[in-house]
Parts: sequence; C-alpha cells; structure tokens
Amino acid sequence: MPATVEELPLAKALTAGLRAAMAADDRVVLMGEDIGTLGGVFRITEGLQAEFGTKRVFDTPLAESGIVGTAIGLAMRGYRPVCEIQFDGFIYPAFDQITSQLAKLTNRTSGSLHMPVVIRVPYGGHIGAVEHHQESPEAYFAHTAGLRVVSPSTPNDAYWMIQEAIASDDPVMFFEPKSRYWPKGPVDFASSAVPLHTTRVVRTGTDVTLIAHGAMVATLLQAAQVAADEGVSVEVLDLRSLSPIDFGPIISSVEKTGRLVVCQEAPGFVSVGSEIAATIAERAFYSLQAPVLRVSGFDTPYPSSKVESFYLPDADRVLEAIDRSLRY
Amino acid sequence: MAEKSPTVQFLSIDGEFAPNEAAEEYLPYLDELGDDDHRQFYRDMAITRRFDEECTNLQRQGHMGLWPPSHGQEAAQIGSGRAARPQDVLFPTYREHGVALVRGVDILDIVRVMRGTSLGGWDATDPKNNNFRNYTLVIGSQTLHATGYAMGVGLDGLVGTGDVEADTAVLTFFGDGSTSQGDVSEAFVFAASNQTPQVFFLQNNHWAISVPVSTQSRIPLYLRAQGFGIPSVQIDGNDVLASYAATRRHLDEARSGQGPAMIEALTYRIGAHTTSDDPSRYQTPEQLAYWVARDPIKRFEAFLRSRGADDAFFAEAAVEANDFAADLRHGTLALQVPPLSSIFENVYAEPHPVTAEQRAWLDAYELSLREGA
Repeated sequence: MPATVEELPLAKALTAGLRAAMAADDRVVLMGEDIGTLGGVFRITEGLQAEFGTKRVFDTPLAESGIVGTAIGLAMRGYRPVCEIQFDGFIYPAFDQITSQLAKLTNRTSGSLHMPVVIRVPYGGHIGAVEHHQESPEAYFAHTAGLRVVSPSTPNDAYWMIQEAIASDDPVMFFEPKSRYWPKGPVDFASSAVPLHTTRVVRTGTDVTLIAHGAMVATLLQAAQVAADEGVSVEVLDLRSLSPIDFGPIISSVEKTGRLVVCQEAPGFVSVGSEIAATIAERAFYSLQAPVLRVSGFDTPYPSSKVESFYLPDADRVLEAIDRSLRY
Repeated sequence: MAEKSPTVQFLSIDGEFAPNEAAEEYLPYLDELGDDDHRQFYRDMAITRRFDEECTNLQRQGHMGLWPPSHGQEAAQIGSGRAARPQDVLFPTYREHGVALVRGVDILDIVRVMRGTSLGGWDATDPKNNNFRNYTLVIGSQTLHATGYAMGVGLDGLVGTGDVEADTAVLTFFGDGSTSQGDVSEAFVFAASNQTPQVFFLQNNHWAISVPVSTQSRIPLYLRAQGFGIPSVQIDGNDVLASYAATRRHLDEARSGQGPAMIEALTYRIGAHTTSDDPSRYQTPEQLAYWVARDPIKRFEAFLRSRGADDAFFAEAAVEANDFAADLRHGTLALQVPPLSSIFENVYAEPHPVTAEQRAWLDAYELSLREGA
C-alpha cells in the first residue's frame, strides 16, 4: 500500500494539488506567464504542461489584465481557469478585471453566471527581492465583495486548499507565501480536506492568542516557543481564509485567553488585521483583558531588500506585543 | 491619380446601389439576401430608431436614470447583428440596442438596467437571448471576455470543422474611445496570439462623450489591428449592406479557422453620449448636418423604394415601430422595484457568512422600524 503521507515542500504540494484538480476535472486549465515550458518562475506548474498538454497548461502573453480578462471569458465558456500572477506586485494591472468584472459578474447576472476562477499569487517578503516582488496586497481583495481570499501556511493546506479553491464556483484569490515554498512538511494525501474557510488552532495555550496567515504563522510558532520557555502559554491560530473570516475559533480562543495579537506582513492600515481587531472588539468585548494589538509591516512602501528584515515583523516584535498585551 | 477608397460601401448616400472598388470582394455575401431580408433590415432599423427615441423621452420624463442613445448607428448594428449565425456569441458595449433587438433580447431588459431595477438585465445563458451577452459599462473590458470566450471555443474544437451549424465565432463590439484602453490592445494581443475565432466590430461614432476620435488616434482605427497581426477593413457603417456583408464574411472566415479580424464601421452618434450629455457644447451644427445627410435609414429607404417597396410598406413599418415603442413605454412604467433582500442575492455562488449575516440584520432592522411605527 503506498504511503499516504509524504514530506513535501509547499511548492511541490501545490504542484500535486494542481495535478489532482486537473485530473479530476478536464475543464480546469492553467494559464499565466512562463508556466508552460519553464514551469513557472517558482516551478509550481513544473511538469504539468508535459503531462496535460498545451491546451490545458498554457503560456499567455505578458499582460495581467489580459490574463484575468480572458480567464473570465473562458469561465463564461464553462472552463475553470487557474491564473498564475507571477509576483504580488504585478497584480495591479489586473485589478480592474478582478474587482469590477470577476468579482461582480455573478451578482450582475443574478446568478446566471458563475465565475470559478482561481488567481494564484505568490506573495510576501523574506526573499531578498527587488521592488514589487515582496508585497502583501491581500487587503485590496478582501475588501471586494464577490471574491474569496485564502492563504495556506503549510504544505498539507497548500495541497488541499488549492483543490478546494478550484472546486469553488466563486472566484478565489489564492495567496501563496513564497518564503514558505521550500521548507518541507507532511502532506496527507488520504485525509479529507478541512473546509476552505476555516480558522485552525495550530498550538494551544491559555495566556494570549496569536493569529496570522501564510508565512507569518511560522513566525508565530517561533515566538510561542520562546514565550513558553519564559512561562507564557500562547495559543496560535492560522487564519487560512481572509475572506470570509471564520471568527468562531478566534472568539473561542479570546474567550479563553482574553488577549489577542494579530500579525501580518502587510501594512497595518485598513488591513485584514484591522478587520479582525474591530470584529473581536465588537463580539468579544467582555472577554478582553487587553486591547487587540496588531503587529504589521509598516505603512511605507516595501523597503529595499537589505533592510526588509526591519520592515517585516519577526518573532521578537511578536514577543514585544505579547509583553505589551500581558501588561494590561 | 485618385487613390482607391479603402472604405467598403455598397449604397451611395442617396441609396443608389453602387458598390465601390473596395466592396467588390464582398459582393457574394449579398447574394444570399432577398427582398424579404432587406425589408427585415429596414424594419429592424426603424424599430431601433423608434424605441431609442422613446427611451430618451422616458428618461427626460423621469422614468429612467440614464439612456445611451443609438440614434445614427442603426445600420452598423443591424447589419452586423443580422450577419451573426445563431450559435455565434456576441459581446456588446452598452449601446448595442439594435443588435440586442435582432438577437431576440427583450428591450425592456435593457430598460431595467437603465431604469435601475437590475444590474445585468437579461440572462445571457437563456437560449431565448441567442448568445447576446450582458452590457459591460467599463469601457473595453468586454473585449477581453470575448477573446477569452473565443479561446474557449477553440479549446472546444468548434473551429474549422466545416460544420456550419457547429463552428462558432465571437462577435466583439467596441467603440472608438475604447481603442485607447489597454484592455483593447491586450485583447488584440491575446486574439492574435491564440488565433481566436473572433471578429472585432468597431463602431467609430466619432465621439468618446465629448472627445473627438482624433484625440484617440492619429491613424484610421482599422489600421491599429494590423499592427497586432489582425487583418482589418474599414466600412461605411451607415450602409447596412456593407455592415452585413463585411461581418458575414469575416465571421465565416473566423469560424473556418482563419483567426481574428477587425472591422471599423464609420458611423456617427447623432444623439448624446447619454441623456446626461449635451453635444451642443462640442459638436458643430455643420458636423451634425453632414451626418444627418448620411442617415442610414433614409438611405436604405431610398434603396428599397428603388426595388419596389411602396408607401404602404413604410407606413406599416412605422406602425410596427410605434406599437413597439408604446409597449415598451407601458412595460417601463410597470417595472417593479426589486425587494431589499435582492441586494444580498448572488453576491457569491455558494453560501457566504457575511452576506447571510448582513441580510438577517437588515431584515431585523426593517422589521423593528415597522414595529416601532
């Protein structure tokens, strides 16, 4: 009997998830820049064109609005396109097609059209890149009704969540934490998928709750370990879905700990973290022992790579926020 | 030596059937048309002119938020719309009222969009609407949707099979202003790259609201497509036969696997951009007079009379158009405002907690107001 659990990097778990989705439904097509022969600049689609052919995995001209706009047309024809946007900072040319068309077509057509389109976006910093290659633009899309926004933090989630995103009849923005592409983790090919829009408890604790998505989840686990060594019991939640947000587990955790620190690489102003802070203040007010704190990227343009470590929240900044929360 | 006119024209402005040199290669596409077809074209144009006028009046009387008139563009629209085969798929701008009519869309569904009781108006997937997609208001966006759709037709293998009932083409409408949008250039790039079964039908009505086409382009717009590797032709857009023949031919070629083509129909927006606009601020009386003299319906009337249509036919067509407009007026005034709960419907295809919670909240809030009163 073949092993059902395999150690894979998140990048290869995504490849496996895409392969499974394509095998399950021949209407699934992959499109984007350099995704064919090259297998994508991060090799996420490596081997898939050879396996499924150029009609199902194809290179597009270098135009992001064109990629998303034509994906909409393909969806109108009954296909389920999965678009790769090469880097986070290159998504803006497609912003109009995503927010004014893709997100609104189901509503505009009173439900006669569905838009099962997935837009994969490698995002976030820590990779020493040049400008436009390290951004966290997820809030723009979480703000738009009609889109679903998710981000896996582990290889296992990457494998399952990409398949759930492709199976969704709604458009899904799929943010891939590119700094976590390479570390390996277990992928359980036999388990069933956790529902896409669920927050997950990844470490239990009693003194303070930390929550993040994508690459920041690993940072929180580091911080939680250090805090544990200092005698502070930290609960860590993986948000997984940025829109809609599954608030139930967050509220339950805050009812237990009374303290919440929300963490993200993205700038803090009008961010997903802001939404969590506001909602927890509204719905768990009497459970809170301290104000909800945010640990975010700064509200500046993303800096040059040699100073990005000062911009990105690290475990020390998370620990500083834990200390502040505990002082209330 | 006089240069050959590049503009395909069959009918002189007086309605005389006098194909120019550029029109010669399109002549065979007129052979399939008989007197009944010609008369149908006339009735289509007359109805379109009449209901467009009625809608403008309805807006002026406060019954509609906005109306984008199609007055003057009837030949371009009816010729191209009638040229498409039933299986072809049409992606309009928000001014293709004549095309909508000939594809069987209930014009009241367009009114619903402009009156503010619906965002999309009609179900483009309902067979009764004959593949006429929804209006798109962001300029040029639909050209990419059309191109993606045509890519899908190609993936489906419904191009160049030789089966005239199955091979499918996509007819993409856009205007002169939209040619400056990046999306239109990207649509040309993707269409050429994928050799889509697609015709780009440009109605150059000479104005993007108040900005003349000369601000958009220093070359004739049909030449733009050639830079992308897409063959193109300019036609007299106020000549319904030119519009029909050119669209018929290039759709046939697209279906047969010859890739995309582009048609620039030279026409003129006689009315305002929308009812919010005042063309007297930017259009000279001389410009208007020049184009009124090239009116597509009058021109075609002269052609029909030369082929035996009599006063009775035109009187009957006028009655038909008036009846259509009267029905539309009654229908407009009877349109119902959608229920509040409709705000939350179909935001997502699958259940969503935020819309569900907000809908429940609004229901409770409205109930509390009624109980309070």
